[in-house]
Amino acid sequence: MSTKILAIDDSRTIRNLLRVSLEGAGFEFHAACDGVEGVGMFPEVEPDVVITDINMPNMDGYGVIETLRSGPQRTTVPIIVLTTESSDDLKARARDAGATGWIVKPFDDASLISVLKRLTGHVS
Amino acid sequence: MNSIRDTFFEECEELLESLVEGLSAMETNAEDMDVVNAVFRAVHSIKGGAGAFGLDRLVNFAHTFETVMDKVRSHELAVDEKLMKLFHRSGDQLSDLVEAERDGRDVNDEAEAAVLRDLDAYLGEDDKNDDFSFDALVLDIPGDDDGAGDEILPPLQDEAAERRFTILFKPTREMYANGHEPLLIFDALAELGTLEVTAHHDGLPALEDFDSLDAVMSWTLTLLTPESETTLHEIFEFVDALCEIDISVEDLAPGEEPQATLPLDQPAPEERASDPEVSTTLPSSSFAPPPVDEHSADTAARGGDPDKEPRGPKPTLRVDLDRVDRLINTVGELIINQAMISQRIEELDLPTGAHLTNELEAYKLLARDIQEGVMAIRAQPVKPLFQRMSRIVREASEATGKRSKLVTVGDSTEVDKTVIERLADPLTHMVRNAVDHGLEKPDVRQERGKNATGTIRLSASHRSGSVFIEISDDGAGLNRERILEKAIEKGLVSPDAELSEPEIDNLLFLPGFSTASTVSNLSGRGVGMDVVKNAVQALGGRVSITSTPGAGTTFTIILPLTLAVMDGFVISVADQTMVIPIASILETIRPNERDIHVLGTRSKVIQIRGSYVPIVNVASNLGLPTNETQSGNGILLLVSTETQGLIALKVEAIHDQRQVVIKSLESNYGAIAGVSAATILGDGKIALILDPEELVRLTPSAPMMMSSGPAEMELFDA
Repeated sequence: MSTKILAIDDSRTIRNLLRVSLEGAGFEFHAACDGVEGVGMFPEVEPDVVITDINMPNMDGYGVIETLRSGPQRTTVPIIVLTTESSDDLKARARDAGATGWIVKPFDDASLISVLKRLTGHVS
Repeated sequence: MNSIRDTFFEECEELLESLVEGLSAMETNAEDMDVVNAVFRAVHSIKGGAGAFGLDRLVNFAHTFETVMDKVRSHELAVDEKLMKLFHRSGDQLSDLVEAERDGRDVNDEAEAAVLRDLDAYLGEDDKNDDFSFDALVLDIPGDDDGAGDEILPPLQDEAAERRFTILFKPTREMYANGHEPLLIFDALAELGTLEVTAHHDGLPALEDFDSLDAVMSWTLTLLTPESETTLHEIFEFVDALCEIDISVEDLAPGEEPQATLPLDQPAPEERASDPEVSTTLPSSSFAPPPVDEHSADTAARGGDPDKEPRGPKPTLRVDLDRVDRLINTVGELIINQAMISQRIEELDLPTGAHLTNELEAYKLLARDIQEGVMAIRAQPVKPLFQRMSRIVREASEATGKRSKLVTVGDSTEVDKTVIERLADPLTHMVRNAVDHGLEKPDVRQERGKNATGTIRLSASHRSGSVFIEISDDGAGLNRERILEKAIEKGLVSPDAELSEPEIDNLLFLPGFSTASTVSNLSGRGVGMDVVKNAVQALGGRVSITSTPGAGTTFTIILPLTLAVMDGFVISVADQTMVIPIASILETIRPNERDIHVLGTRSKVIQIRGSYVPIVNVASNLGLPTNETQSGNGILLLVSTETQGLIALKVEAIHDQRQVVIKSLESNYGAIAGVSAATILGDGKIALILDPEELVRLTPSAPMMMSSGPAEMELFDA
């Protein structure tokens, strides 16, 4: 069974980019276009890793992390923040909310894939 | 990759639309944080996407824009009229930059620099020094072996000297709960040098007491590396609040005292084990869960209950336009096929009420439903088009020293996509004209007791199967004297012509007409109202004008709902079957001989309710043989033309009224004067679709502005 990734990003461009690189690398890719949709898809998709943007309508990335970590899901799945932001404050906030990592956009395919593989126990 | 690039630019267009929409909403209420957030997000998303494609210039501009917007978001900056104006300019500039990147064009550096300068003025030193850069990939994931992230690491200290770090590491339950994996951290450390790991599993309970979620293991790690302690801290950055950790360093360079224990440089005391004692005893009770600070509390409040959040727009599906057009084409074939079947069944001459006839009726209805449904796919709201006009109004006002605001009505009205696209230029021109020629200067307006700020009103609506788009201003109205003078000067009308007011107004649409006595920045671009008229007519529409002196001018564009199908009369002209659009026909008349009057050798008029209407013989205008005796007086179709008022088109017979699928003649054959397109009829034959306006213009003797007022025609009768 292939590793499932759930990406939550309001930018179609980013979702498409992720889809192309991650599907190309053999991941099963699911995408949601805002936090509410992403959280809603979570139980259905049962992803191995969640990638989320921070600035999104309806529910932002912090909301996603908090809901997944402390909501009914209480998931321990790695949650990676993928954003253009790189300030330490925001990073700390994501960490406190329960994020597993932080990647600054634009992302580099190879390193993202290697991170995901390692997070999901595959040796790159 | 290219298709994703296309997606990006498509998305940019949508984002720019919501940006413009948000900015207009901010005009009325800059305090509405939902709106400010939406604007921020639009700029932010453009920046994010642009970064992915290395569009640095766009990234840079968006970043500056976003930073200022962020200050509004965080209430550091209050929005006043000046800032609002700057935001609009920034939005325009952003839109220009996006377009330039998309089309590979150059942008006006000066304009961009000016906007950036003004935006910068709102930024403090801190913001400017923000080391925003897309050059380095910051990857705060333990064990990033890609090396890209290394660029941002601080320079190594004492490169040559190896150090021995001893790390006591005890994860908490929370660390596992957040998806972290100690092994990855060990991997990351191992990449820095030589790592030795000792696991302490004495905390492991008996199997029956084992809680799989509990954190019971701890490790002692010994790392030999030339790297700095900062590097180590970075590896632990995302977990250090979630584990007990103690790093001690032993410098292996000669002359140094070993065993110097360095407490971690941690932000909050409760997040770490600062007491060296703790690291040896490892009481898990001392680990508080991650502190909840104001930030996260705030987040919880905002992102808390998904049900209370407004849901996004209805789910949509993005489909390649080609596919839709293929579908529309196929539906067109279906309609033709249905017409053919109907004809065949009719030929069977079945008794009334026959099952087949009933089924056929149901089939017709279904076909029509499908067709309407498919057409609706191509329909789009005029909103984005209208929104673009707000920029035109702004720029035109700026350039002409006028004050104006744009009011849009009915912007959810849906119109065929092609119509929207092809309407952009004419509408731009008309809106520009409305500001430039329509509105008065602010001081003049005040003198006349009007609001110094003029209003340009754009409205769209559906009325009786057509789309009405109106562009009105509350300016001075048309100066008819000046228009007439100009038209005479240019030889467009004869000096002694007596024209009605609507006729004078319509002079504006004649080629080469321009009333502006001075060429302003905006006019004099070689585009006149005639171009607008042609563009609208090419879409099967009409444009008309009404004006009230002192109160303003309104242009009305009337367009068919769809370009692919229309209702038409199937007629005979010189033994040929043709179609004429029903929309253009006011009335059909079977004339009495006594109502027809002959003027000169060829011209005929018909008396209709007291006025006289010229008769145009369709066959002769198309250059087809006519046999007057055979066809008699035929049937007259009364049409209203823009240039010549009422005209009666003479045809031999009307056979049917039906929906026809429009097939372009120009792309399959070539343009024919008086014919707008072709269609395929139920019997499989091709029929030409006539363009009444053009047809009338073909009349050899039809003088351009001879015109048609009933009074004038009575003169002929005398």
